[in-house]
Amino acid sequence: MVEETAAAIPAQRGGIVRRLHTIAARTAAEAVLVPLGALVVSLLLFGLFIAFAGVNPLAAYGYMAKGSVGSWFSVQNTLTRAAPLILTGLCTALPAQVGLMIIGGEGAFVIGGLFAAMAGVALLDASPLVAFLAMAAAGIAAGGTWVAFAGALRHWRGVNETISSLLLNYIAIAILNQLVEGPFRDPRSLNKPSSPSIGYDHMIGTIPGTEIHWGLVIGIVVCVLAYVLIRHTTIGFAARVTGGNLRAARMVGLPIGKLVMLTCFLGGAAAGLAGMIEIAAVQERASADLVTGYGYTGILVAFLARHNPLALIPVAVLLGGIGASGGLLQRHLGLPDAATVVLQGIIFVAILASEAVYGRIPWFKGAEASA
Amino acid sequence: MTGGAIGWWIVPLAVLGSAVRVSTPFLFVSLGECITEKSGRINLGLEGTLVMGAMSGYAVSYLSGSPWLGVLMAGAVGVVMGLLHGTICSLQRVNDIAVGIALMLFGVGLADYLGKPLIQPAAPQLPSINFAWWSSSPEVQNALKINELFLIGMALAPLLLWAFRATRWGLVLCIVGESADAARALGYPVIAVRILATCAGGFLAGIGGSFLSLYYPGAWSERISSGQGITAVALVIFARWNPKLCFYAALLFGGAGALGPTLQSVGVHGGYYLLNAAPYILTLLIMIITCSPKRTLVGAPAELSITK
Repeated sequence: MVEETAAAIPAQRGGIVRRLHTIAARTAAEAVLVPLGALVVSLLLFGLFIAFAGVNPLAAYGYMAKGSVGSWFSVQNTLTRAAPLILTGLCTALPAQVGLMIIGGEGAFVIGGLFAAMAGVALLDASPLVAFLAMAAAGIAAGGTWVAFAGALRHWRGVNETISSLLLNYIAIAILNQLVEGPFRDPRSLNKPSSPSIGYDHMIGTIPGTEIHWGLVIGIVVCVLAYVLIRHTTIGFAARVTGGNLRAARMVGLPIGKLVMLTCFLGGAAAGLAGMIEIAAVQERASADLVTGYGYTGILVAFLARHNPLALIPVAVLLGGIGASGGLLQRHLGLPDAATVVLQGIIFVAILASEAVYGRIPWFKGAEASA
Repeated sequence: MTGGAIGWWIVPLAVLGSAVRVSTPFLFVSLGECITEKSGRINLGLEGTLVMGAMSGYAVSYLSGSPWLGVLMAGAVGVVMGLLHGTICSLQRVNDIAVGIALMLFGVGLADYLGKPLIQPAAPQLPSINFAWWSSSPEVQNALKINELFLIGMALAPLLLWAFRATRWGLVLCIVGESADAARALGYPVIAVRILATCAGGFLAGIGGSFLSLYYPGAWSERISSGQGITAVALVIFARWNPKLCFYAALLFGGAGALGPTLQSVGVHGGYYLLNAAPYILTLLIMIITCSPKRTLVGAPAELSITK
C-alpha cells in the first residue's frame, strides 16, 4: 500500500510535468502561429488590394520572394535593411516592458546619427578605433537621452509618452535640418545641404565576403544582451512586473522611476546606435537623408515580435525583406514605392487585431485538450 | 515687394491671417478627436485620416470639378477609417493607442500609394470670403481672406459644446466615456456608441484633411501633413475636452505654425526649420505644464486610457 503510493507520486508528478510542458509548448506555438496567421491574412489582403489596381497578386508574391530571398544579392539587401530595424525595434520593445508605448525611434535614430556625425567630424584625425567608439558613444548618449526625456515626462509630469515621443520625432528632424543647413553645413554641399564627411577611413566596413555592414552583427549582439537583461536579471524582472501590474510594483516598492528611465534610455540608445551605424556604415555625412523611416518600421517590428528582444531579429529580417522587395514590385509591376508601406500598415493592423485571438482557440490551451 | 516698411507693419495681421488658415485642420481634427475621446477612446490614427482625407478630397475635387464634393468624400473616407479603428478596438484586449499608431502608418502609406497620380494635376479649390473689401493692399487682402470651412468649424465648436451638455446624444456619449459600466446598466450600447463616436471623429478629421489639399497649402503632396493630426490630438488634452477651448487652442497652434512662413515672407530666414517645429515644441511645453502625475486632468473622460 505504502509502496504503491510511493510509486504513484513520481508517476503523477511526471504527468503534471508533462502536462505543464504541453501547455508551455502550446503557448509558445500560439505565440508563433497567431502572428504568422495574421501575416498570411495580411498578405492575402494586400493581394486583394493590388488586384484592384489590376496587378496579379501571384506575380507580386513571386517578386516579393525573389526580391527578398531570391538571390544572394537580395538576401544581402534584406539583411542590410534588417540591421537598423533590429535596433529601432528595441526602442519600442524595451520601454514596452514597463508598460510604455514609445514611438520615438525615428527621432532617436536621427538625433543619434546627427551627434555621431558631429563626433566623427570632430575626430577626423583620431585613430579609427577612437573615432568609432566616440561616434558610437555620441549616438547612444544622444538617442538615449532623447527617449529618456519622454520617459521622464511620463513619470514625473504624467505626459502621455506616445504623443510626446512622436512630437520629439518632428523636433529631432527640425534640429537635423536646421544644423545641416546652418552651422554644421559643409560649404561644398551645394544642392543638397549636408554636414562634412566623417572621413572615408573611419567608416565601418562590411562583413568579409559580403556587402552587409557590421551593423547587423552589432544589432544581433545588442538584442541578445537586451534579452538577457529583460529575462535573466532582477532589473528585467522588476521592469516586467512594473509593466504587468503597476500597482503591485508600487506596493512592493520597486523603483518605478528608475526602471522607466532605464528602459527608455536603453531603447533610445539602441535607436541612436542605429543612427550612428547609418552614418558610419552607409551615409558618411549627416543630411536630410537620415530621415529614413526605419524608426517607424521599428514600431511595427516590436509589435510583431510582441516586444520580445530575441524575436525582434527574425521579424526585422522579415520586414527588411518586404522593404527589399519594393524595388522589384516597382520595376516589374509598376506598383508605387509606397506599396510596401501599405503592406506594412495592413500587417500592423492585422497583428493588433490578432491580439483578440489569443486564448480563444481551444487547442492552444493544451490543458483542456489533453484532459 | 514694395519694400520692408509695409512688410513689418503687416506681420501681426499676416500672422493672424495665416493663423486662421493654418488652424483650420487643427480645429477640425481636434473637434473630431474631442467627440471620440468623450466616448472614452483615443484615436491616434487621425494623422492617417487627415492625410487620407487630403488625398481623397483632392482626387474627387479634381475628377468632379466640385471642391465641396471633395470635402464630403474626405469626410466619408474619414468615417471608414474611424469605423476601422472603432471596430478593431472593440475586439477584446486590443489597445486603442496601438491601433491608432497602426492606422496612422497605414493611412499615410495608403494615401501615398493612391495619391501618386494626383501630384501633377490641379484640382478646383475651395472658395473663401473676402473680409478686406475696405483695403486695397494685397497683403491685407491676403490676410483677411477667410475660408468657409474655417467659419463652419468656428460655428461647430459651440454647437458641439451645447450638444455635449444639452442633447440626449451628447449625454449618452458622456456617460459612455465616464463609466462604461454605468452606461451598460442604463441599457446603452457602449461599443456601438464608441464606434459611432470614432466614425464622427473620423468624419471631421477627414474634412480637416480636405482643407489641406483644397485650400492651404492647396495641393496634394506626400508630406502634406507632418504631424498636424497628432498635434491636434494633444491639443484636445490641452483644451480639456471642451470644444470651445479647442477652437482657441487651434488658433494658438495655427499662430505658432504660421510664424515660420510669415517671418520668411518678410525676409527673416534664420531658424526656418526650428520655427516650423514651433507647433510641436509648443504642444510639448503645454503638455508638460498642464499634465500632472498626481491627479487626473479636470474634464477628462474617466474611461480614457491616456489619462488613466
